[in-house]
Amino acid sequence: MKLVACVLLLSGFFIVLAALVVLTSLGQRSAFVGAGFGVEFLGLCLLTQAYRTHRKEHR
Amino acid sequence: MNLELSLFSMMLIPFAAAGLALIHQGLGRSRSAAHAMLASLCALAVSSIVFVLFGASWAGSTGAAIHSFAAGGVHWDWLGAAPFFARGLNYDASDAASLSRSLVLCLELLAVGVAAIIPLSAGADRWRLGPICLSSALLGGVIFPVFAHWVWGAGWLAQLGANFGISNFIDVGGAGVIQVVGGLAALSVAWIAGPRRGKYSEDGIPAAIPGHNIVLVLFGCLLALVGWIGLDSAASILFYGAGLQQIVGVVINALLTASAGCLAALVVTRARYHKPDASLSSNGWIAGLVAGSASCAMISAESAIVIGVIAGVLSTYLIEIFELHLRVDDPGGAVSVHALAGIWGLLALGLFGHFPEGTRGGHLLAQMVGICALLGFILPLIHGGNLLLNRWSTYRVDDDGHWHGMDVRELGAGAYPEFVIHADEFVPR
Repeated sequence: MKLVACVLLLSGFFIVLAALVVLTSLGQRSAFVGAGFGVEFLGLCLLTQAYRTHRKEHR
Repeated sequence: MNLELSLFSMMLIPFAAAGLALIHQGLGRSRSAAHAMLASLCALAVSSIVFVLFGASWAGSTGAAIHSFAAGGVHWDWLGAAPFFARGLNYDASDAASLSRSLVLCLELLAVGVAAIIPLSAGADRWRLGPICLSSALLGGVIFPVFAHWVWGAGWLAQLGANFGISNFIDVGGAGVIQVVGGLAALSVAWIAGPRRGKYSEDGIPAAIPGHNIVLVLFGCLLALVGWIGLDSAASILFYGAGLQQIVGVVINALLTASAGCLAALVVTRARYHKPDASLSSNGWIAGLVAGSASCAMISAESAIVIGVIAGVLSTYLIEIFELHLRVDDPGGAVSVHALAGIWGLLALGLFGHFPEGTRGGHLLAQMVGICALLGFILPLIHGGNLLLNRWSTYRVDDDGHWHGMDVRELGAGAYPEFVIHADEFVPR
């Protein structure tokens, strides 16, 4: 779960980079950078959840 | 460029480190107070030495050698390539370029110490001294230099305008380079070290573990203000060519953001708990300083107040969300105060900044790209590094050590041997 979360974080970053390289208009780039940020946010949520579950199991 | 003023401003930066160290130890337990202060010194010492030996090479500076690659028709400047052990510096040279490079190294050296102290807050009362030194070496040798190069060393984030036709990512006083990097390291440490013993019940309800010396915390806030003024001023001069008039604005804005952050937190806590909370108000003060440092030379006084108020309110609620709902035990609130207030500050620069060129949309997009780089690349780098170090040398002290306190466990004696009786000392374990 933690590994998947880290992969999601990196994927979001590469979506942002791809948006800069491939797209040209400000609107399209903003939309894709927003999407990349969304993927990173999912990764953060998953990482947080992974540590919460880990603690519960250890208690 | 006013290099003398930048050197004078740099001399104030250690006050920021001193302020943060006092805040961390004041918000921790009395039986870990000496450990907290020694850990701050060790973090500063290790990160500084490792930064000069290796990190400064990768952080680089404008015009210095770089590692780069071409992809997508763009030249990506991703890492500095100056000689190791700071051999590229010549302190005898009298030309302005050499002097400027030396000053950049000096500023980054002081900044990396501040960044290394931030995670200590999240690991208070349970993070061992040896792993603290290892983690500080990682921060000073790899993490900080990479992002500092991207932003302050003319790396790819500082060249977004030239390469992609938007605007450059801007972080004048290091809200991203110092605060968010340190705050993300704090989040990683809080995850790995886990909550303090007795912090959460079986049902996951958090117990309040109040700081042992709120006077030191509040004094630390005042010291931090002095350090932040130095940090923001020196960085504005060296990286963005600010003149004397703009530096006056930097000083005014630093005080305004801190004051607005503190008062906002005070009002929110007064409204919610019927009495103002000193520790949350001090967190609001620091959150204001952190948020204001991204745009310190580029905003008006009114904008500084708005940025500070939002940072103060955000930090108050976020500390509660992290503790209650996400179960991240962060005694000093470093994740909310440094990482999240720093991200707000970077975004606020795009919203409120005065720019000589470029559209507001372009600036906002550039700031979002920088924030995504911090969350999507720097956080996995920090967390991966910390997980590896934790396998080698366990971050968390054992339960017995936690009960004795870090002072007795790691240093052999308490900070207040003659004056303190711990309430639970006579309670059977």
